[in-house]
Amino acid sequence: MSASPVPAVQVTDLTVHYGDVRALDRATLRIGHGTVCGLVGMNGSGKSTLFKAVMGMIRPDEGTVLVDGAAPARARRAQTIGYVPQSEDVDWAFPLSVRDVVMTGRYGYQGFTRRPRPADREAVAHALERVELTDLADRQIGALSGGQRKRAFVARGLAQDATILLLDEPFAGVDKRTEATLTTLLRELAADGRTVVVSTHDLHALPDLADEAVLFLHRVLLHDTPDVVLRPDNLALAFGLDVLGGRSQQGGQGARGDREAS
Amino acid sequence: MNPVDLLLGPLTYDFMQNALAVTVTAAIVCGVLSCWLVLIGWSLMGDAVSHAVLPGVVLAYVVGAPFALGALVFGLLAVTLIGVVRDTSRVKEDAAIGVVFTTLFALGLVLISVTPSQTDLSHILFGNLLGVSLADLVQVLVLGVITFGILVLKRRDLTLYAFDPTHAHAIGLSPRRLGALLLGLLALTVVVALQAVGVILVVALLIIPGATAYLLTDRFARMLWISPLVAAAAAVTGIYLSYYLDTSSGGMVVLTMGAVFAVVYLFSPRHGLVASRVARARRRRLALR
Repeated sequence: MSASPVPAVQVTDLTVHYGDVRALDRATLRIGHGTVCGLVGMNGSGKSTLFKAVMGMIRPDEGTVLVDGAAPARARRAQTIGYVPQSEDVDWAFPLSVRDVVMTGRYGYQGFTRRPRPADREAVAHALERVELTDLADRQIGALSGGQRKRAFVARGLAQDATILLLDEPFAGVDKRTEATLTTLLRELAADGRTVVVSTHDLHALPDLADEAVLFLHRVLLHDTPDVVLRPDNLALAFGLDVLGGRSQQGGQGARGDREAS
Repeated sequence: MNPVDLLLGPLTYDFMQNALAVTVTAAIVCGVLSCWLVLIGWSLMGDAVSHAVLPGVVLAYVVGAPFALGALVFGLLAVTLIGVVRDTSRVKEDAAIGVVFTTLFALGLVLISVTPSQTDLSHILFGNLLGVSLADLVQVLVLGVITFGILVLKRRDLTLYAFDPTHAHAIGLSPRRLGALLLGLLALTVVVALQAVGVILVVALLIIPGATAYLLTDRFARMLWISPLVAAAAAVTGIYLSYYLDTSSGGMVVLTMGAVFAVVYLFSPRHGLVASRVARARRRRLALR
């Protein structure tokens, strides 16, 4: 979708196994700069594995990953990749303030002891302002609401000056208004030229959020505009039947979809 | 006796000076490390490493090597074995820990039973504060300062490792290496604390101070002050109590720490039992209104 010659993320024929389970099966995906890309697929479809592969946390059995034209290890050292974890993966009682958490975005630029310099404090203050958390900066991280927590981690990616942000299920368990605020923020970041990749179950929000959408089930089934991806016949490829009309977007239907699609 | 004599009296004995120096050093180093162990959930790992060093200490005694060396070797061996069993079989981490440390501890007990001069070695189990030699003291001080220094210099990386290893990875750090560093420092810390309270009670020094500090603050930087200070104060109090009550010194130190924890657990302003009950009752009253 972008004219830039080097894509932000280029995944080619990526295959990953966990024991006997094939999580990724020759997945191929190219995401340009300055877009919001929604990664749609049910639980267990390999979205998280794809994120891990982009960050270089797992060794693929086959295929290659290039982040901004470089191997993941080099991209990590260049501070290219910012990661916003799933809520359930974070210890919210951990005794750190919002500012402390955002400051960890600066560690890649700091020396042996990660002692913050004035430039680091400035970057953190700026990032907090950008996500409108300046007033809550000294709260313990768990004392924030669901949406504020997400914004705090986005701020960490901004303090890091990451050009590619990966968000794993950011809309899980947040209310509609929070979702709208977060969507606006992510759209602004893409307008700045950053690449935002969001894995999500929230199909209704997709057209407002994303420039492009990827339908994912162990590999890329479809990569197109959200409107095209959301057509019921296309969704049926990844989820089974009638996802938008049905009450449940995951769970039982997902399991059924698994059998039908594979 | 006036209070000054009560405090200074015991210090006229060399063995009491050494005992205090060793215990306070151990308490401070353990107190700092404790903050990470409590937050990562590595209590069992602390227990494991401290028990697993026993055969190392006995073997060091047999061949006449410094006991710290033997303890360190077996501490690292235990950590490695636990990792290997966890990663290469379907056994979960807590079970791997349970298998490895009890086996090594048992090996230590067997070695003690076949080694002459059993009285000396039983001190390893319960600590031997009143028999601290000058050489022991120097050993503990040197290792304590090294461990403390590394912990303090790398505190921000270790905290990030404890909080969000995925982000640590994403910015080019190695969570695996940070975890290994923390485990290595755990082994060193156990060696430092061994003399003070013995193999069996070391885990108390590794867990209670951090758990106490965690109940008192929401700031990790403050935990890193509170935990060693609480540990050191409890250690000194415990030593004096054991002197005047003529009780086990290691036992008294841990008992004091446990008592401090109990008080904080009940009365901590923010996270104590009483405060949270009061806050809940107040919320309920407001809700009814």
